[in-house]
Amino acid sequence: MSVQPAARLRRKDLVGIDPLSAGEIQLILDTADQMREIAARPIKKVPALRGKTVVNLFMEASTRTRFSFEVAEKRLSADSLSFSAAASSVSKGETLVDTALNLEAMQPDFIVIRHVHAGAPHQLARILKSSVINAGDGAHEHPTQALLDALTVRLHRGTLEGQVVAIVGDLQHSRVVRSNVLLLSRMGAKVRVAAPASMVPVGIESLGCEVHRRIEDAIAGADVVMMLRIQLERQGRMNFPTVREYYDFFALTPERLKLARKDCLVMHPGPMNRGVEIDSRVADGPQSVILEQVTNGVAVRMAVLYLLAGGHGEPTAD
Amino acid sequence: MSRLLIKHGRVVDPSQRLDEGLWVLIVDGKVARLAERIDDREAEVLDATGLVVAPGFVDVHTHLREPGFEYKETIATGSAAAVAGGFTAVCCMPNTQPVNDTAAVTEFIRGRGAEAGLARVYPIGAVSKGLQGEELAEIGEMARSGAVAFSDDGKPVRNAYLMRRALEYAQLFDVPIVDHCEDPDLAGKGVMHEGAVATRLGLRGIPAAAEEVAVARDVLLAELTGGRLHVAHLSTRGGLDRVREAKGRGVAVTCEATPHHLALTDRAVAESEYDTDTKMNPPLRSEDHVAALLDGVLDGTVDCLATDHAPHHADEKVLEFDLAPFGIVGLETAVPVTYDLLVRRHKLPLRRFVSLWSCNPARVFRLGGGTLKVGSPADITLLDLEARLTVNPDRFRSRSRNTPFAGQRLKGWPAVTVVGGKVAWRRERR
Repeated sequence: MSVQPAARLRRKDLVGIDPLSAGEIQLILDTADQMREIAARPIKKVPALRGKTVVNLFMEASTRTRFSFEVAEKRLSADSLSFSAAASSVSKGETLVDTALNLEAMQPDFIVIRHVHAGAPHQLARILKSSVINAGDGAHEHPTQALLDALTVRLHRGTLEGQVVAIVGDLQHSRVVRSNVLLLSRMGAKVRVAAPASMVPVGIESLGCEVHRRIEDAIAGADVVMMLRIQLERQGRMNFPTVREYYDFFALTPERLKLARKDCLVMHPGPMNRGVEIDSRVADGPQSVILEQVTNGVAVRMAVLYLLAGGHGEPTAD
Repeated sequence: MSRLLIKHGRVVDPSQRLDEGLWVLIVDGKVARLAERIDDREAEVLDATGLVVAPGFVDVHTHLREPGFEYKETIATGSAAAVAGGFTAVCCMPNTQPVNDTAAVTEFIRGRGAEAGLARVYPIGAVSKGLQGEELAEIGEMARSGAVAFSDDGKPVRNAYLMRRALEYAQLFDVPIVDHCEDPDLAGKGVMHEGAVATRLGLRGIPAAAEEVAVARDVLLAELTGGRLHVAHLSTRGGLDRVREAKGRGVAVTCEATPHHLALTDRAVAESEYDTDTKMNPPLRSEDHVAALLDGVLDGTVDCLATDHAPHHADEKVLEFDLAPFGIVGLETAVPVTYDLLVRRHKLPLRRFVSLWSCNPARVFRLGGGTLKVGSPADITLLDLEARLTVNPDRFRSRSRNTPFAGQRLKGWPAVTVVGGKVAWRRERR
């Protein structure tokens, strides 16, 4: 029994997966599916957001996500501008709220925010009239990543329901795992997570997943394996001894992948640490859909922008 | 001779096992007489019909911010907030700028307190010079100048050797060492209680064990030294168990709990969507810890209630949750929050409620108040148990507004605060 999509996304903001219903998730994925077709056209552009202004406020380093949003905005004919923290007034000691209020004074329709601190998009969503889209906040959520992951799985499997998805890696610092567990469990998938106990946040099972100690137990018979990046820059606090040892016990190698279903999809949100959490033979192997994830990211972000702007029905007409 | 007659009130004074309709005559700032009826035509009259007349409430854990952080609070605004919250005395923590680690600063604070002329202001001195946790501060000099206890509050005393020496040395002056029990390595950069809520919110957690191991260490050191240990703002089941066991062994340990750790759980951070007025240290705990703390209050393990009033400017609290400072104000909400929770909902006897705010803290800190016995200073808190009001931060006397209780409708509020026989505050009728 598949989930009925909601008729419209009646929200000002997309701050996370947590507030979304299964029907809303289904609507976003269905809309993204239609958006994919635009990229196949000779002229990859529709006028859906003509005259709308989008500010991409990236207060933490990001290339993939920022470019993906920018491409999505251009394909929908929105006017967009991007800036990163280093280039903004933030370095002069202005608070986030002041920065956001100043931007809003220029009357944008959307503020896409990436921020190093959890909850920053929620704090802005409360005070701004513009639609706020969370492009990743601290170790909290990264809703468009989870949506693009879900779209990728759905394209290969037809459904999310009943899929066994193993998510392996640095669960402690990962916003990707939180959004993915929330989304996948809400859509009827069976989610397993695995990491050394020193990298498992307390109570993660309450988001809707099983917790395993060993990668082998998590991927046994899985339909999908998502590997998470070891955030080497955040490992100052003695969570595991060395990268070499991590590879020994937790990397996705061709041998370990054999434990999963034969056609198991291999995913990674990027950027990858080759030879740390994932072996290149797997990352570049026939089961890898890692670059498809990136392609689908544009479609998902187009869908989110379109739906938050009040769109419904057929988005792809010229 | 100044005379004040408090008529028609219900006197609840646990120190004399009193709970009856009595009038109170105050002469020259001291309780002169308690009787069913007193005729004194010269006395100024305070009509306490419908009010409870209790020994003055004492807050043993307040941050008044002066000197150094006057934009958050001053001794004058903080003591105005105190009397408006029903407190006749406050003990203020030494994490000011400069730190209260010398007799000169202690005297300055007392002087400012006396100038304000509202609540009594008792300074708490630093355990270590500059709160650096390395060398003992001049505890004796500060004690002689009126410091009533010693603490590095805001920070734990990290070094067990220093803690041992402080517990030993302070015995010469019969003053408690008040510790903010927290293992700083375990707490790390945490910003809320470690648990399922923090995980869902993606915020770094402070595990309960950070407090529990520190309480365990401190009670062992108190046992070793025979010194007086007072555990500040206890918030965990394990910490409470360690205190309960130690008391059973006869260790000289006391502890306090705050209104917010009893009335709120870590879910408040999620429900408020990262409102920084739910950020304090120790953090709001999960339901199991809160239930244990409540049991600790009801069974008497918790000696007293205390606010940990920690004013911060709105410009600081507007930041991202990770970056905003820890702490909330509490003086003007503590009494109704705890009355509503403990007496109304959990049926704590009123006399025990009065003890928790009055007799007990006065005894633990040897302040000489906490009683209405004839001859004692006339510090009196009058409560209107029927008053039902909404917390409105715009009406606070405190310079800061950082409270998670805004908008809550609570029953049981202070009505009049008498300090040294003078009416220091009276709720305006609206």
